[in-house]
Amino acid sequence: MKFLLIMQVNPAVLDALTEEERDSIGSGHEGFMKSIRESGEFIGTQALGDPGNSVTVRGTGGVPAVTDGPFLEAKEFMGGYYLVDVESKERAVELARQIPDARIGGLAIEVRPIMFEAGFDM
Amino acid sequence: MAEPGTVEDLLRTLAPRVLAVLVRRHGQFDACEDAVQEALLAAALQWPDEGVPAEPAGWLVTVAGRRLTDQWRSESARRRRETAVAVARPYHELIAPSPADEPDSGGDTDDTLTLLFLCCHPSLSAPSQVALTLRAVGGLTTEQIASAFLVPETTMGQRISRAKQKIKEAGATFALPAGPERAERLAVVLHVLYLVFNEGYTATSGPDLQRVELTAEAIRLTREVRRLLPDDDPAAGEAAGLLALMLLTDSRRATRATADGALVPLAEQDRSRWDTALIGEGTELIERTMATAALGPYQLQAAIAAVHAEAASTETTDWRQILVLYGILDRIAPNPMVTLNRAIATAQVHGPAAGLALLDDLGADKRVAGHHRLDAVRAHLLELAGDRAAARDAYTRAARATVSLPERRYLETKAARLR
Repeated sequence: MKFLLIMQVNPAVLDALTEEERDSIGSGHEGFMKSIRESGEFIGTQALGDPGNSVTVRGTGGVPAVTDGPFLEAKEFMGGYYLVDVESKERAVELARQIPDARIGGLAIEVRPIMFEAGFDM
Repeated sequence: MAEPGTVEDLLRTLAPRVLAVLVRRHGQFDACEDAVQEALLAAALQWPDEGVPAEPAGWLVTVAGRRLTDQWRSESARRRRETAVAVARPYHELIAPSPADEPDSGGDTDDTLTLLFLCCHPSLSAPSQVALTLRAVGGLTTEQIASAFLVPETTMGQRISRAKQKIKEAGATFALPAGPERAERLAVVLHVLYLVFNEGYTATSGPDLQRVELTAEAIRLTREVRRLLPDDDPAAGEAAGLLALMLLTDSRRATRATADGALVPLAEQDRSRWDTALIGEGTELIERTMATAALGPYQLQAAIAAVHAEAASTETTDWRQILVLYGILDRIAPNPMVTLNRAIATAQVHGPAAGLALLDDLGADKRVAGHHRLDAVRAHLLELAGDRAAARDAYTRAARATVSLPERRYLETKAARLR
């Protein structure tokens, strides 16, 4: 079953990190990616730009309204994700705990299931 | 010229035997498995054009064996060159296999079972067991397995090689497990085949030529297991039960979804389109098995499927018998999902209130509390009881909780109809 491990980041927390902490997060992600590639659970990963760079196209019922900035102003936002294919939800959570962000106070990883095209089982 | 389909079937049958011969001779399951995969790919390219060799198994053993020695001789450039030659050369130019290269037609049977045990090694996660079984025993390519499970080929390739590495680290040997371990390991093998079938059966996205038919593959491999198990093996009954369950489930396949992928529940399926040949075989098998074998969960599930299969409609279904069977199943293999089904049968026999009472007890079970299926069944029973508002709420909760898109659409439709 596939899960999106969504890294919820908080720029205030990130800004307060020391150089050393930053490096350890960087190498931690490298190590994490290597290990889930080798286990055959890795499907994809992306880091997202700051929502300050976003443009939002909003439905209005007529011509969509286009505005600069994110859909919602929030302290935390989706900073990136890993897409994994694992045996169980428990395993997905176990993987999320290995992401270096999980060791930094104020950061979080949301484990969210991917919908699949499958019907009733036997 | 040989038909590509026939060649593929032949290769899939030969794959485990060829692999077993090599592992017996050289050990190193890991390397042998890679070599066989390459030999299969070479044959799949060559045989359709040049015809199937007189000794197809011997051909594969020779080519795979050569790959192995090449690998061991190292020096990658030379390795690549030699493979290219071996693959490009027509089979009759290859040195005829020596008698020692012939897979022993009498002694190969147990080896396929041994391979299955190895691929379903308990040190592996279920997805790894499934992937390795499909490749090493099923003879599928990594690409086919990856597309069947909708993951990238590199992911699947990595999963398979990690699985082989883990088996090696676990110190597994190429031998049949004995004693109490045998029964435990065989239960894992059957469960892996069950998972393969289920993966294929639940795929609702129409016929896709790129995707191999996992249900057919699971049925084929389960037939193999049955063939290889002695009749007096304690697990023979469950192997037969699993096969019957697959056949009876597969008989409903054409009616389980509409052309646009919407799910059709059992009660609304067009039973005239159920496959009577599969029903006949499955029913006969489960009746014969249950008359003699020690009872087990697969047999009970197959028996329940057989009762559904013989009925012309939900109304004429022998729900009393189904209820008895679920009662036994819930006792010998307690599982909240079984209790959910028992609640449906209870409602059919004793009315929806009795079914709902069973669900209330179940709500305290952590394994199923909050599971969308509990709400889906509750909704169904509330609807039968005439409580439209509560049924609608339960359908809506179930729709939000499921991670299956077709199931969500189905549940949303049910909720909308009660508005």
